[in-house]
Amino acid sequence: MNLHEYQGKTILKSYGVSVPLGIVIDKAENAVKAAEEIREKTGTDSWAVKAQIHAGGRGKGGGVKIARSLDDVKKYAGEILGMNLVTHQTGPQGKKVHKVLIEQSIFYPGESPIKEYYMSVLLNRVTGKNIIMYSTEGGMDIEAVAEKTPHLIFKEEIDPAVGIQAFQTRKIAFNLGLSGKAFKQMTSFVASLYKAYENSDASLFEINPVFKTSDDLILAADSKVNLDDNALFRHPEYAEMRDLTEEDPAEVEASKYNLNFIKLDGNVGCMVNGAGLAMATMDIIKLSGGEPANFLDVGGTANAETVEAGFRLILKDPGVKAILINIFGGIVRCDRVAQGVVDAYHAIGNISIPVIVRLQGTNADGGKKIIDESGLKVHSAITLREAANLVTTVIH
Amino acid sequence: MSTLVNKNSKVIVQGFTGSEGTFHAGQMIEYGTNVVGGVTPGKGGQTHLNRPVFNTVFEAVTKVQADTSVIFVPPAFAADAIMEAADAGIKVIVCITEGIPTQDMVKVKQYLSEKKGVTLIGPNCPGVITPGEAKVGIMPGFIHKKGTIGIVSRSGTLTYEAVDQITKAGLGQSTCIGIGGDPIIGTTTLDAIKLFMKDAETEGIIMIGEIGGSMEADAAYWIKEHGTKPVVGFIAGQTAPKGRRMGHAGAIIGGKADTAAAKMKIMEECGIHVVNSPADIGKTMVDAIKKAGK
Repeated sequence: MNLHEYQGKTILKSYGVSVPLGIVIDKAENAVKAAEEIREKTGTDSWAVKAQIHAGGRGKGGGVKIARSLDDVKKYAGEILGMNLVTHQTGPQGKKVHKVLIEQSIFYPGESPIKEYYMSVLLNRVTGKNIIMYSTEGGMDIEAVAEKTPHLIFKEEIDPAVGIQAFQTRKIAFNLGLSGKAFKQMTSFVASLYKAYENSDASLFEINPVFKTSDDLILAADSKVNLDDNALFRHPEYAEMRDLTEEDPAEVEASKYNLNFIKLDGNVGCMVNGAGLAMATMDIIKLSGGEPANFLDVGGTANAETVEAGFRLILKDPGVKAILINIFGGIVRCDRVAQGVVDAYHAIGNISIPVIVRLQGTNADGGKKIIDESGLKVHSAITLREAANLVTTVIH
Repeated sequence: MSTLVNKNSKVIVQGFTGSEGTFHAGQMIEYGTNVVGGVTPGKGGQTHLNRPVFNTVFEAVTKVQADTSVIFVPPAFAADAIMEAADAGIKVIVCITEGIPTQDMVKVKQYLSEKKGVTLIGPNCPGVITPGEAKVGIMPGFIHKKGTIGIVSRSGTLTYEAVDQITKAGLGQSTCIGIGGDPIIGTTTLDAIKLFMKDAETEGIIMIGEIGGSMEADAAYWIKEHGTKPVVGFIAGQTAPKGRRMGHAGAIIGGKADTAAAKMKIMEECGIHVVNSPADIGKTMVDAIKKAGK
C-alpha cells in the first residue's frame, strides 16, 4: 500500500524522525489558517505548499510551490487543490489533487550551508536482508544518480539478528561528510528511520531529500512510503490510511470480491486462476496479435459469483473487444467453472463480444461439454495453443 | 532417485486439523504420500485422518521420525511454524501459506541460515511432487507422470500447465518444485537447478520464472558455467507494466534488469532454450532432449 507524503511523515514523526512542521488541508479556505498556525509555532515567514498524490516528480509538474506571504499560500493552495497534476510517474492523464500539505519552509538562512542527501530503506531480495541506501546526491532522481555516478551511492546492510548498530549509523554520517552537531543529528536520524521502517512493516521508506538546515538540523523533507499489504493486519491504524481516490475504481471494486485486478490499455480482457498463469495469458494475448486489457487472477475458488464479478469488471472497459478465460483446474473443477461461466453469462444477459473459454485440468472435458452445449456464443478450447489461435481469429 | 521428497519421506502436516490442512492432507494420503501425522497445538493426542496429532513438531519428530513438513497455518503464524519445524530437526519444510509479512521472512531466512541441512520450499508455493512417490503440496496429482524432466517454477497453475504439456508429450517428471512467488523464499531457482543437475533421474529441466528479482539471471549464469542438461525457460510477464505488483508479492518490475525481456535475453545468452509462448514449453523440451541425444 502506498502512502501520501504527509502520512509517511506522520509515521516517521511517531518514531522520532524529525520532519518539518506541516498541516494537511483539503479546502483552499483553510490554507491561511494552517500557515498562521505554523508561523506561530516555528516563527517561519515562508511555507512550502505541496500537492499530495501518489507519484513523484510533483515539483516539476507544478505541484510544489514556495510561498513567501500568506497571500501566496492562499493563491498556491487554491491553484494546486483540484488541479490535474501530470508528472513523469502519473502518465499523461495525470492525477487530481485532493489534498495539500502546508509546511514550514526549511530554507531559512543561517551559518552552515544547506545540504540535501538521499536515503532509503528497503529489502535486498538477493540476501533477504534490509539495506539502507544513501547518497550525497540528494533531491534528484536517484535512478539517474545510479546510472551516471554509481560510486556516490552507498549501501549498508542490516543484520536481522541484531538490527541496526551504532557503528553503522556513524559510518553513514561519516560517508555523508558530516561533523559536529549535524553528525549527531544524522546518526539519530538514521537509527529512527530504520526503526520506523522495520516496526511499520514497510517495504520502502524513501527520503529524498534528507535535508540539512542552516542550523545543522537533519530533517526528512519528503517521504515516499510503501507498506507491506500482508502485514496490515497488525497495523490497523495504517490500514486506515488507504486512499481509495488514488486507486483505479475498477481495482477498488475488484478488491471487494477478493479478485486481483489490474487495469491495462489493451483490447482483449482475460480472467485466469493463478497469478503466474494470468501473466502468461496476457503474454499469449500479445503473441496472438492482441493487447491485454487487464490482469485478473480469480484465485483458487473460481465460482459463478467470482466469474460474474470478473465479467462485469472487464466489460466496463469499452476498449475490450474479446475476453479470454483461462482456467487450469487443480483443486477447482473445470465443470464447475464452466457452469459458472454459463450462469454469469445468463445473469449479465448482453455480452456482445466474443468470449473464449479455455479449460484444462480436473474435469476439463466435462467443462468443455457444458460450454459447447450451452448454446451461448462462447468458443471453447482445451490446449493453450488452441486458445491462442482463437484469440487471433476473433480479433481479426 | 529423485530430489527433496520420495516414497520414504515421512511427512507431517502443520495446521493438520484446519480446513486447508485437512483437505490437502487427505489428497496427499490418497496420492500415496507417506503422511505420518500432523501438528496442531492444543490438539495433541487426538487422531485425525487416521493419523496421530501432535502438539509440537518436536514431538512428531521424536515419536514418528518425521523428516518432512508441509505447512498450512495462517500467514500471521506461518513464520513461527517454519522456525519450529527447523528447530525440531525437519529436513525439508514446504510452506504453502500465502501472505506472510516480508519482515517475518527476513527473520526466518536469518534463523534458517544458522541451521545446517534444512531446506525450505516456499512460502506461497504449490509444493513439491515426485510423481508416483510423494506429493507434498496442493498440486493436482493426476496431471503428473513419472519421468525424466525436472520442473522449477515460481507459480502454481502455470507449473501445472507445464506439467500437463510434459505429461502429454510423453516425457513425465522426475520432481516438480514450486519455489513460490514471494520476495523472500527458501529455495531459489538456482538451488533447484543444482538439485536437478545432480539428480541422476533428471534428463532435462524446465525453469519457469516471472518478472521481479534476479533469480532467473543468477540461475542462467550458473547454467552457462556448470550446466550438463538441456534447460527450457519461460518468463511470465512480458506484457506486465512497470511498478505494479502482478498478484504475487514478488512479481513487480523495479528496474530494467527484472523485466521479462531482460531475463529472457540473459537466459538465451546462457544457452537456455527460451520460449516466448507458454504453449511451446512441452514441444521445446521434447526437441531439446532429442538434440541432446537422450
